[in-house]
Amino acid sequence: MKKEEEFVEKEKKERKYILKLYVTGQTANSLRAISNLKKLLAEKLYGVYELQIIDVLKHPQLAEDEKILATPLLARALPLPMKRIIGDLSNKEKVLLGLDIV
Amino acid sequence: MATTENVSLVKKIGTGIEGFGVISQGGLPQGRTTLLSGTSGSGKTIFAIEFLWRGIKEFDENGVFVTFEETPQDICKNVKSLGWDIRALEKEGRLAFVDASPSPEEKYETGPFDFEALRARILYAIKKVGARRVSIDSITALFPQYSDIGMIRRELFKIAASLKNTGVTSLISSERLQEYGDIARFGVEEFVSDNVIVLRNILGRERRRRTMEVLKYRGTTHQKGEYPFTITSTGVKVLPLSGLELIQRSSTRRIPSGNTDLDKMCGGGFFRDSIILVSGPTGTGKTLMSTMFVEAGCQNGERCILFAHEESRDQLIRNGTSWGVDLKKWEEKGLLKIVCRYPESMGPEDHLLFTKKEMARFNPNRIVIDSLSAMERVLPLDSFREFVISLTSYTKSKEIAGIFTSTTKTLLGGESITEAHISTLTDAIIILRYVEMHGEIRRGLTVIKLRGSWHDKEIREFVVDNQGMHIEEPFRGVEGIMTGMARSVTQLEEEELKKLTK
Repeated sequence: MKKEEEFVEKEKKERKYILKLYVTGQTANSLRAISNLKKLLAEKLYGVYELQIIDVLKHPQLAEDEKILATPLLARALPLPMKRIIGDLSNKEKVLLGLDIV
Repeated sequence: MATTENVSLVKKIGTGIEGFGVISQGGLPQGRTTLLSGTSGSGKTIFAIEFLWRGIKEFDENGVFVTFEETPQDICKNVKSLGWDIRALEKEGRLAFVDASPSPEEKYETGPFDFEALRARILYAIKKVGARRVSIDSITALFPQYSDIGMIRRELFKIAASLKNTGVTSLISSERLQEYGDIARFGVEEFVSDNVIVLRNILGRERRRRTMEVLKYRGTTHQKGEYPFTITSTGVKVLPLSGLELIQRSSTRRIPSGNTDLDKMCGGGFFRDSIILVSGPTGTGKTLMSTMFVEAGCQNGERCILFAHEESRDQLIRNGTSWGVDLKKWEEKGLLKIVCRYPESMGPEDHLLFTKKEMARFNPNRIVIDSLSAMERVLPLDSFREFVISLTSYTKSKEIAGIFTSTTKTLLGGESITEAHISTLTDAIIILRYVEMHGEIRRGLTVIKLRGSWHDKEIREFVVDNQGMHIEEPFRGVEGIMTGMARSVTQLEEEELKKLTK
């Protein structure tokens, strides 16, 4: 039994998260989403993530390519499958559920 | 009193959509947003894309298409059959898509959000191609995807306001559940309420009938009411029937009817631009009169077109031969065109378009529709009337003479719905009747109306032989022919009556 637990732990550690947060300028929702996400990452995924923050107002073509409608939007590019979470990320449980982090 | 007509500060831009200019009196209000509402399958998407396609092709104004429902790939594929190469326009930088079609991934809502990204994308696309026209199709698809409907409405309002600021003319489509009821689902009309167009797809007499209505144009004029439209192989076509004006010229030139006796009865023939309704029970000689009318035209070197709804070409030619008329000869000379088609074979609007197209192609001097009652069989009453109005106004504007035949329901006397509903639209009415006399069925003919001319008022007997129709003396000693209850009047009684009138 112990071996199995160890395996799960190891797997978790090796798991790499590539995240993209789409925001629109300095709006309240955007700023809240950034701070909420940073807090959560430090707590739950320290050292195993890469985060890219994209301002849609500056890069509308990127939003077009990725078909972004609602912002703030957090996209999990890796691990697969891709996931999308919208809102200011204030509901922590839902964010964890959406990112599939236990 | 001084009246100010058609003074409006709201300018309109042409759409290039056939007939839409008439019912909207000029197109879509420039720089404004118009709501295009309709049930599923009512033609919203095609209208929205045609607005852009023709905007680019005919008005040299670039466009942006925002799609919430179908993917751009699907849209391009669907309209390719209309000959519209949207992909090419995209490559030329004249049209841009904003793809807001639903994505299959799961969505988690973790707090407040907005559609700023979408707004940024739309504005970016407008800037990218220098768009003057924007279509958004259909915003209703957005609502089921998110939990807060109030928020969606607020955000869409912001987008509509931004569109207005950029000065583009936009069309936003939205779905409605019933043909007659709320303008749109989810109360979207609240934020694009200036201008509303409603598309309908109504089932009547087992046939789909599309109509378009400009419900509201704030600060400017438009035609009121529903207008039939159809989607053809070249796009949307509105049939602005009641938009037609009675400005036809009137001709005093007479043309032969094909029977010298009948010409005499009409005071020298039909008028060149008149529509003649020939009504009577089956077998009384309506097709015969049509055939003679066509032959008289061809002999004069006029072009004639014959729409047969009940008989085939071969049957018509055989009929002609039995009356000494060689239709084949005229066809070979290119003066005659016979078009045989069951009215059931297509929808009413399509049939009207088909008829007009054939006429425009052949450019006839005379037209025969044999019979109108066959059309009536498949059309709802209103559409039938519209069909006839549209057809007569077309023939009048082109100074075409026409015979429309109508079959009465009963063999003796009686009237047909056709007569009742279109008699006022025609210039002349000729009634054919069976007359029972002394145990024998004979045939009678009378001209009951001939606008702008004297005509014979008697009911005359006629016979048909291998030379065609021969009109003889009026019926004497009989009355009640028209009502189908002919009864003989004794000579004595007749003389008595004559004395009375003296």
